[in-house]
Amino acid sequence: MSSGASGTTPQATRYVTHADLGGQAGHGAVLPEAEGELFHADWEPRVLALTLAMGATGSWNIDASRAARETLADYAQLDYYRIWLAALEKLMLQRGQLFADEIAAGRMLHDAVPVLRTLQAANVGTALAKGTPTERPAASQARFAVGQWVCTRAAAVDHHTRLPGYVRGKRGRIERVLGAHVFADNHAQGLGESPQWLYTVVFDAAELWSDQGRQGIGDGGGNGIADVSVDAWESYLHHVE
Amino acid sequence: MSQNADEHGHEHSELGEMDLRVRALETVLTQKGYIDPAALDVLIDTYQTRIGPRNGARVVARSWVDPVFRAWLQTDASAAIASLGYSGRQGEHMIAVENTPVLHNMVVCTLCSCYPWPVLGLPPTWYKSAAYRSRVVKDPRGVLAEFGVTLPEGTRTRVWDSTAEVRYLVIPQRPKDTEALSEAQLAALVSRDSMIGTALVTVPTPVPALGAPS
Repeated sequence: MSSGASGTTPQATRYVTHADLGGQAGHGAVLPEAEGELFHADWEPRVLALTLAMGATGSWNIDASRAARETLADYAQLDYYRIWLAALEKLMLQRGQLFADEIAAGRMLHDAVPVLRTLQAANVGTALAKGTPTERPAASQARFAVGQWVCTRAAAVDHHTRLPGYVRGKRGRIERVLGAHVFADNHAQGLGESPQWLYTVVFDAAELWSDQGRQGIGDGGGNGIADVSVDAWESYLHHVE
Repeated sequence: MSQNADEHGHEHSELGEMDLRVRALETVLTQKGYIDPAALDVLIDTYQTRIGPRNGARVVARSWVDPVFRAWLQTDASAAIASLGYSGRQGEHMIAVENTPVLHNMVVCTLCSCYPWPVLGLPPTWYKSAAYRSRVVKDPRGVLAEFGVTLPEGTRTRVWDSTAEVRYLVIPQRPKDTEALSEAQLAALVSRDSMIGTALVTVPTPVPALGAPS
């Protein structure tokens, strides 16, 4: 638990996500559910709405909220809306918008800090319809073209990222050029939008899983019997022959 | 796992605890002026009654009956879907992927729970579960079997992992012998799961001829 006197134990500061689940074993069977079953307790819709309403205040962006969720130490033990609630409290505690004694007391004990806006009932429809588009004008030419082969970044990074572990260091093909989009890695860290070109990159299942005893048949990038794609920002990729 | 003999009672006391905790948080945020509680009610009502998979089903049915719309969906799904009134939060950048006799598409978000809200509403619990997110990219046919779906042997599977802000809608294959059905009748056949890729669209019972007494 405690770090050494120097306080520089690498594990003490490393970013750890508990949400990168693709390819993990041991999670059991999928349990289908009827179409009308949205919530399983009365508090769940309130957590959904609280999260959306606080998101609308502009206190953080969606990438920061994903980072807050995926780094919850007990992520694997929590069900979905408990993850949302814990992350919402965490984001507000970090910003001095909420204090632990207020959670315990169930009433305001400290002054509010100003927020950019409060979502009013009359504006919900407009706010949802507007959404938060992430495409931005491109500042450069796209480095990759449809059909080109690329390899994904092999190294892990020490911050929020949207390149799943199961496609790290894998060879795939550019299938679509999706425009320049807000770069999630920087956005989550409060480093601004830093738009980058975004691509759909397709991999043959054999490329992803052959070392784990699963075989596909194909050319490695989109003509196999089982293909998987991700949407990857340009800095996740490098050109290969 | 639970050592509590009265599981029903245990469940109730736990739910009560969560209810209280969430209510307490809502009170604090309201007192601080961060939220309007009436806005929470509107948000919940919106996703319980207005924004759900029937929206997506209308998109699918339109694509089945209208070749111009279908082509538009392939070139600019965001605009085509918005023309039916569905756009906005978690559907800002849409792509529609069509199933064919030789290609079956499935959608996942292995990193969290990204899902096309304007056309499908809130994701079901299984979509957000560790089981689905971990397995569908590695064993799509095994996952399909758990939904009771078996694909023909030669069919390619394609899993779309929604890792950025692009959202995917699967356009399932139109079932055979549905030429007599109206667009609305076709939409009624389209299940939520078929638009995620974990179900096929089927006609449950023989379709009576139009106008025939049932």
